[in-house]
Amino acid sequence: MNEIRPTHTIGGYVPMIDGPEKVSGRAKYTADIIQPGLLAGRIFRSPYSHGEILDVDISAALKLPGVKAIVTGADCDKTFGVLPIARSEHPLARDRVRYRGEPVAAVAAIDDATARRAVELIKLKVRELPAYYTAQSALAPDAVALHEKKPGNLERDVLFELGSTEQGFAQADLVREGTYNCAEVCQNQMEMHAAVAEYDAVRDRMTVHASTQVPYYVHLMLSQILGMEMSRIRVVKPHVGGGFGCRTETLNVELITALLARKIGGGVRTVITREETFITHRGRPETDIKLKIGLRKDGRITAVECECYQRGGAHSGYGVVTILYAGSMLYAIYDLHNVKYLGKRVLTNTPPCGAFRGHGTVDIRFAFESLLDQMAAEMGLDPFAVRRANFLSAPTFTDNDLMVNSYGLPECVDWVEQASGWKKRKGKMPKGKGLGMACSHYISGASKPVNWTGEPHATVKIKLDFDGSVVVLSGAAEIGQGSSTILVQSVAEVLGLDLSRIRIVTGDSDVVPKDNGSYSSRVTFMVGNAAIDAAQNLKRVLVNAAARKLEAKPEDIECLGELYRAGAQDKGATFDEVVTEALKDTGTITVTGNYSTIPESHGGKKYRGSAIGGTMGYSYSAQVVEVTVDEDTGVVTVDKVWVAHDCGKALNRLTVEGQVQGSVWMGMGQAMSEEAAYHEGLMLTANMLDYRVPTIQDSPPIECHIVESNDPHGPFGAKEAGEGSLAAFLPALTNAIANAIGVRFNDLPVTPDRVFEAIEKRRRSSAKKTNGGA
Amino acid sequence: MARIVKFVLNDRARTDAVPNNILLLDYLREIVGLTGTKTGCDGGECGACTVLIDDKPVLSCLTLAASVEGHRVDTVESLGEGGHLSAVQRGFHEKLGAQCGYCTPGFIMASAGLLRKNPNPTEAEILEALGSNICRCTGYVKIIEAVQFAAGLRAQGIAP
Repeated sequence: MNEIRPTHTIGGYVPMIDGPEKVSGRAKYTADIIQPGLLAGRIFRSPYSHGEILDVDISAALKLPGVKAIVTGADCDKTFGVLPIARSEHPLARDRVRYRGEPVAAVAAIDDATARRAVELIKLKVRELPAYYTAQSALAPDAVALHEKKPGNLERDVLFELGSTEQGFAQADLVREGTYNCAEVCQNQMEMHAAVAEYDAVRDRMTVHASTQVPYYVHLMLSQILGMEMSRIRVVKPHVGGGFGCRTETLNVELITALLARKIGGGVRTVITREETFITHRGRPETDIKLKIGLRKDGRITAVECECYQRGGAHSGYGVVTILYAGSMLYAIYDLHNVKYLGKRVLTNTPPCGAFRGHGTVDIRFAFESLLDQMAAEMGLDPFAVRRANFLSAPTFTDNDLMVNSYGLPECVDWVEQASGWKKRKGKMPKGKGLGMACSHYISGASKPVNWTGEPHATVKIKLDFDGSVVVLSGAAEIGQGSSTILVQSVAEVLGLDLSRIRIVTGDSDVVPKDNGSYSSRVTFMVGNAAIDAAQNLKRVLVNAAARKLEAKPEDIECLGELYRAGAQDKGATFDEVVTEALKDTGTITVTGNYSTIPESHGGKKYRGSAIGGTMGYSYSAQVVEVTVDEDTGVVTVDKVWVAHDCGKALNRLTVEGQVQGSVWMGMGQAMSEEAAYHEGLMLTANMLDYRVPTIQDSPPIECHIVESNDPHGPFGAKEAGEGSLAAFLPALTNAIANAIGVRFNDLPVTPDRVFEAIEKRRRSSAKKTNGGA
Repeated sequence: MARIVKFVLNDRARTDAVPNNILLLDYLREIVGLTGTKTGCDGGECGACTVLIDDKPVLSCLTLAASVEGHRVDTVESLGEGGHLSAVQRGFHEKLGAQCGYCTPGFIMASAGLLRKNPNPTEAEILEALGSNICRCTGYVKIIEAVQFAAGLRAQGIAP
């Protein structure tokens, strides 16, 4: 009778809905808010690593013409921090400075040049204290505590043993131990941190535009720091130029800018430099790992013992969670029993670390997959066979009570083995070439949000009005990962409508529902499910209206997207006609959709903090990396990467591929070139030349395969796609290098210097064979 | 100190008083209000500020505004016709060469400069042309596809 069919985009290649703005230069980021009347904000930072503040002299700076206000620690005695249990940080240091670059004062001036000059006139006097730049030195018995409440500079220690490692190691045919060091790395997202704060003194209201991943946290912390009721604050998130975790926490930039704005009773725009963005940090901590694995001849892992030290930096930040993830996420990838974990998160006089893509799991995975590869080689086992011998069988719960419902790792492993030609090529490659493999996994959002309020985990609203446009209202922060596109696709799918009918509004606390934010890969799973729920609720309203209009029973109404009808012979009513009918009851229609995680996903209670690691679904990844090592220069070239990622169901194949390729590549940066290096607490690599991000010319082809394990709880079966493939690259690379030249690297990054040095060392010790890969 | 500078910006002739020491990047963003061109680093490290001067990609953060006297400057806002996306813009949008979008204007202008000079570049030529632009999201795989797709659209006369 007619051609009308519901439109489907789930599972297709769908360009991002906000792409046209980004490619035309119309997309506005926080620093693009350039309005007459906004003052320029600049921050004065401590040149000392550790010291008791004796005086902050702002008198000369205040006299400079054009300076409108200066704030110091004296202006705010409140503290902030992402974890309710660890809010130890002042936006501007009081009493003590704890790292080089810590904000001490801030200036608002008529223009940036004046603000910069004023900052140069500020003088800080301190009584210097001993400073600690390594986890080990900060833990020394006589070390001065950075924070009074943290004696011994221990932010958090974690210790658990599940099963018996003693018995486990006794059952092993081979027990080996390795030590690993992973350098500190930075997110280095392309957009530097920025905030615009406007204080309305007449109404006592504050509006802040911030480059954040979690507007809700910014809202909470502004209220805390300013001592203002939350109802007087509005947070707006414009386009955000990446985050990769460093913008999960509220940063001092937005808080300081708000303090300035309130002091002058107007608007302040602060755009910090790339160097300051590096120092604001919240990257992945330098991590030292000691790992011991017991392996049987048949490839089964019998026991694991792991010690992990993280150099956390000067403030708590996410520290407790990071050190817990490192332990809990030993699980949920392989069938492990008899595991002992000791983790120490240490406070040091370096910029604070935070959550970085793959939060807490990456360095541990590097160590684990490296040692497994080394042991497989020693026992003459194929690395693929060793993984297969330890697969989980879902559904299951791990020994630490993590819920695994869908498990596509076997398919991932099969695909990379096939696609890379592993069986035919491994061990038969020319000199200097090699193949390496590894696996990794990640959560689809932490099941328990950091700020537990009892609300649903995610809420989405949909508005439908006389014009027939469906407007999705969500607080989920689009930061370039494509969350807005996924939410629009999800709503469109349920309603059978073309994407062009759907609009989405995000990122303005005056308009959109609260959201827990874009971190730990939660948005597709949590907010996606809430969007589906909202769309189903809207569909119900429309079906009822259609039934009335067509004088039929609701259960007989068929929804074809643009047409509702009662059976195939019915002419039906168009979407617009159904909307008009539906509006007769209530006027403008708004519906709500919610999503809450199930208690079974909240982790267990076997040790303190064991909820960390709990999620509704784990993604899985397997990779094969092919390298060429130039033994004369130490330069390693990644010729190709094969990656398979189990994301449950690819809601949008284009953006899943983009996320997986981006993760692999970011893992490559950490593995091969990126390192935050310090000299007595001064970051030496706080620019994009010294902090070496791979260029397009350094970067390999990445062939990506999507595995769909259809998670029973996921939105249309989906799980996360944006983080799980990062970690596997690191060990796959070092495993490939071991395969190519017989030298194994346990310290990252594997720079040409390190490779060259290792090759030279081997040459010098001549005949003796090193214990490397296959 | 300022001087009067005559030049063509996005096809429009301008005669502006320009401070001697202002960078082209800051002039475009803060004075003209063309914020499509992005600041990504503290100078010459990332390529986000790339614009075309006489069709040649240039880092606007290392260029004094006063030095464009008599030249033609094109920013990302100049691309496309009649509100439609140019071939390079379509490539970056449709092939997901842009994720967060912050480096995108720089990549697009560097790519546009390449294709104006060399309409059918090899992959090696694409890598060379984009070698000084940093992207932190994509891993570059889809950026290469975007430029190849754009070259195809231009060759077929589908988009300018």
